[in-house]
Amino acid sequence: MSEHLKTNNAVIKWIDHRLPVFSMMNETMIDYPAPKNLNYWWNFGSLAGLALVVMIVTGIVLAMQYTAHVDYAFNSVERIMRDVNGGWLVRYIHMNMASFFFIAVFIHMFRGLYYGSYKAPREILWMLGVVILLLMMATAFMGYVLPWGQMSFWGATVITNLFSAFPLIGESIVTWLWGGFSVDNPTLNRFFALHYLLPFVIVGVVAVHLWALHRFGSNNPLGIEAKGPQDKIPFHPYYTVKDAFGVGVFLLAFSGFLFFAPNFMGHPDNYIPANPLVTPAHIVPEWYFLPFYAILRSIPDKLMGVLAMFASIGILFILPWLDRSPVRSAKFRPVYKWFFWLFFANCLLLGWVGQEAAEGLPLLLGRLATAYYFIHFLVILPLLGVMERPKPLPVSISEPVLKGGGALAGAAAKPMEKA
Amino acid sequence: MAADSAHASQKSQDEETRRDFLYLVATAMGAVGAGAFAWPLVNSMNPSADVLALASTEVDLTPIEVGQSLTVVWRGKPVFIRHRTEAEITEAAGVSLDELPDQEADSDRVVKPEWLIVGGNCTHLGCVPLGQKTGDEKGEFGGWFCPCHGSHYDTSGRIRKGPAPENLPVPPVEFLDDNTIKIG
Amino acid sequence: MKKFVLTAAAAAVTLSLGLGTAHAAEAIKAPSKSWSFSGVFGTYDQAQLQRGYQVYKEVCSSCHGMDLIAFRNLADLGYNEDELKALAAEYEVTDGPDDDGEMFDRTARLSDYFPSPFPNAKAAAASNGGAIPPDLSLVAKARVGGPDYLYALLTGYEEDVSADVLQSIYETETHKREVQYAADLEAYSVKKAKYDEAVKTDSSLKEPKMPEDPGPVESVEDLGLPDTSSFNAYFPGYGIAMAAPLADESVEYSDGTPATLSNHAADVSAFMMWAAEPSMDQRKQMGIKVILFLLVFTGILYAAKRKCWSDVH
Repeated sequence: MSEHLKTNNAVIKWIDHRLPVFSMMNETMIDYPAPKNLNYWWNFGSLAGLALVVMIVTGIVLAMQYTAHVDYAFNSVERIMRDVNGGWLVRYIHMNMASFFFIAVFIHMFRGLYYGSYKAPREILWMLGVVILLLMMATAFMGYVLPWGQMSFWGATVITNLFSAFPLIGESIVTWLWGGFSVDNPTLNRFFALHYLLPFVIVGVVAVHLWALHRFGSNNPLGIEAKGPQDKIPFHPYYTVKDAFGVGVFLLAFSGFLFFAPNFMGHPDNYIPANPLVTPAHIVPEWYFLPFYAILRSIPDKLMGVLAMFASIGILFILPWLDRSPVRSAKFRPVYKWFFWLFFANCLLLGWVGQEAAEGLPLLLGRLATAYYFIHFLVILPLLGVMERPKPLPVSISEPVLKGGGALAGAAAKPMEKA
Repeated sequence: MAADSAHASQKSQDEETRRDFLYLVATAMGAVGAGAFAWPLVNSMNPSADVLALASTEVDLTPIEVGQSLTVVWRGKPVFIRHRTEAEITEAAGVSLDELPDQEADSDRVVKPEWLIVGGNCTHLGCVPLGQKTGDEKGEFGGWFCPCHGSHYDTSGRIRKGPAPENLPVPPVEFLDDNTIKIG
Repeated sequence: MKKFVLTAAAAAVTLSLGLGTAHAAEAIKAPSKSWSFSGVFGTYDQAQLQRGYQVYKEVCSSCHGMDLIAFRNLADLGYNEDELKALAAEYEVTDGPDDDGEMFDRTARLSDYFPSPFPNAKAAAASNGGAIPPDLSLVAKARVGGPDYLYALLTGYEEDVSADVLQSIYETETHKREVQYAADLEAYSVKKAKYDEAVKTDSSLKEPKMPEDPGPVESVEDLGLPDTSSFNAYFPGYGIAMAAPLADESVEYSDGTPATLSNHAADVSAFMMWAAEPSMDQRKQMGIKVILFLLVFTGILYAAKRKCWSDVH
C-alpha cells in the first residue's frame, strides 16, 4: 500500500507505515483512477456529500440550543432565530440545505437512471444509495417535526398514522411510535434522538457506498467499462477541481434561497405553534416528499396506498433486475431515452399533484401518474430489455473523442500510467 | 529548432505558473470561505442576546441586619452581600497590604464600607465558600472558608490562606438609592 | 395492473361527476404591495417601524400579544437606550415570588417581553366571543402573502374595500352557488325518482326535499355571514371575528405622516414583518457579500478547471 504514497515527509511516512490512512486517502481521493469522460451530472454525488457534512455541522450547533419539549420547542427555535449569535443563519442554512440535499440526491439518482449506473457490476452500489435515500427521508421527516409548529405536528400525526393501515398490529405500532395516544412529548423526544442519530448512520452507509463505488470505479456517460490507462485520469486534480467548481455553482444557487427567500420552500403554517385541536386547511409535506405523498393519496384504499408508497421506493431495490438491457447508457438506447424523460416528467407531475387538494383533476392525474410510475418499472423496462435495438457501442472511451480531435489530442492527454 | 523548443518550453512553463497561481488563489479563497462559514457556528456558542440582557440584578438591602449576610444570584452564580459590623470593617481596613497574597485595599473593594458585595465562588476552582449563615465556619480570618480545598477569606473577601490565588471578585455595583443596589 | 386501469377509469368517472362540488371558501389573493424591505436591496424603514409600533401599542395590543418580542429588541427601530427604558417603563410586568413568596408587579425592564393582554388562552377566548386573537410575533411569516396579506386584511373591511373587489367576490360566490345548486338538483332528481318508485309500495316514506335556489350574491348580506363576524374581503370565508380595528385618525403620528387608514395598515404590517423576521436586513446584507464572494470564487475555480483540463481530450 504505502509504496504508492509519494511523499518525503518523515512523519507522514512513519504514521502511514503503522496506520496506512494517508495511502488510503491517496488511493480514494488523489490517485484514484476515474473515467476521463465524466460530465457535470457526475458532480452531484460530491455535492450530496457536501450537503450531508453541512447538515451535520449546523445540526450539532442547533442541537446545543434546541429544547426537545412540547412546551419549549417552538420558542427555543425562535430563540435561535432571534437571540443566539448568528442563530438565524445557522438555522436557515440547516432548513434550506435539507432541500438542496434532496435536490442533489434526486439529480444524482436520475443521472444513475439515465446512464444505467445501477447495472452489473454496480447493483449493490445502487441499492446502498436507495438505503441512503430511505434514511434521509426518515431523518428529514423527523427533523421537520422538531420546531413543533402546526405542520410539524400534523405532518407527524398524518405520517405516523400511515402505520395504522396495517391490519391487526397497526394500532399497536402507532401507539408504540407515539409513546402515548397522540403525537406528544414522548414522540418529540424520540424524534429528536433519532434525528441526531440517523445522519451518522447515513455517514456509515455513505462510506460503504463509496467502498462499493471504488470496487469497479465510476460508470461514465458512455456506459462502457474503461479499457485501459488511456481511458482514465487521476481523480486529483482533474475531478477535485471540477467538483470544486460544481460546489461554487451549487452554493451560489443555495445562497440565493438562503439569503433572499429562506422560507420559500417551507410552509407558513409552521410558524404557528402546534395545536392538537386545530388542523391546518391543507396539510402538505415538504416538497421532496410530494411525489410519494401523491402516490399515497392516489390509491383509495388506506392499506394499499401505504403499500404503494413504500413500494415506489422499494421497487428501486430490484431495478437492476427489472432492466435487462445489456447496454447501460441511454445514449445508445434510442427508445429508453424517451421513456426516461417520460418517467422524469411523470415524477414532476406526481410532485405537482402532491401539493394539490386530492380531488378533481389532480386526483385523476395522480392516479394515472401513479400507475405510470409502476408501469415504467414493471412493464416498460423489462420489455425494452428484450425489444429495444441499441445503437452500436464505441470500442472504448477514448475512441469517440479520437474521431473528432485527431490522434494527437488523445496522445497529449496524461493517461493513467499505473491504472 | 532549438530556439523553437526553448520557446515552447518557456510557454508551457508560463502555463504551469498560471495554473499554479489559479490553484493557489482558489485554495486561499476556499480556506477563507470555510473560515467564514465556521465563524458563525463557533460564535453561536457565545452568550446569546437574551442571556446578556438578563445580566443585571436589583437587590433591596433593607431586610439585612448588621452582621447578617444575603446570597443573591447574578449571572447564574451566587453573590455574597454582607452587612459588616464595625469590628469587621476595622479589621478589614487594618490589614497591611504586605500580608496579602493578592494585594488590594478594603476601600477599593467597597462602595460603602458597611456593605461588602463579592462574587460567591472560590477563586481556586469555583466552589461556594461557607460563612454566609450564622452557624457556618468562617475560616481563620472571620470571612469565608471554602470546604473544597481549604481556602480562607477575610472580612473583605480577600484570600489569606489556602490554594486560591485571588480575592473574591467584586462585581460592578451601583447604589440606586440608600437601600437598593444594582449588580451588573 | 388491472387494478390501476380500473382505478384510473373509476377516477375518470368520479372526476366528471365531481367537478361540480364546490371548493372550500377561499378568500381572494392579497395584491402585492411595494415595501421598503421588498427586493434584494430593500431594508426596513425605521421611521415606519416606529409608527407601526405606535399603532400596535395603541390599537392592536389591547387584544393581541407579541410574546416573542422584548423591549430590548425595539433598539432595531432606532430608539436609543434612554428612549427604550422610557418605553419599557410604560408597562407593568408580574415578577416574583418575592421573599414572602408573593408575586408582585413592577415596571418593565429592557429584558422583559411584551406583556400579554390576557393571562391565558381561555381568558382570551372568553373575552372575545370564543375567538382567540392570535399572537402577532410571527404572524407576518405565518400567513400566506405575509405583510401583503396583513395590509390587505386591515384595509379589506366592507367600508374600505373597493367596489371592484366586492363585485369580483359576488361573482365568484354566485358562480359557486350556481354550481352547488346544479349538483344538489341532480342529486335530488335521483333521490326523487327512487322515492317515486318506492312510495308505491311503502307510503310511509318521506318525500325528499327539493333544494332551494340560493339566488345570486349581490351584497355582503347575501353571503350569510354569522352576526358575530365582520365581512373582510381577504379573510378565508370572508367572516372575521375582529371588527375593523383601524380607520383614518386611529393613531396620531408625531412625525407628520398623514394619519390615514392606509398608512396605519402599512406601518403596522411593516412592524409585524420586522417582528417576525428581525434579522432580515442583516441577512440580505450578508447575502450580497456572500454572493459576490462566491461569484469571484466560482469564476476562479472555473478558470482553474479549464486550465487543468486543457490537456485532456
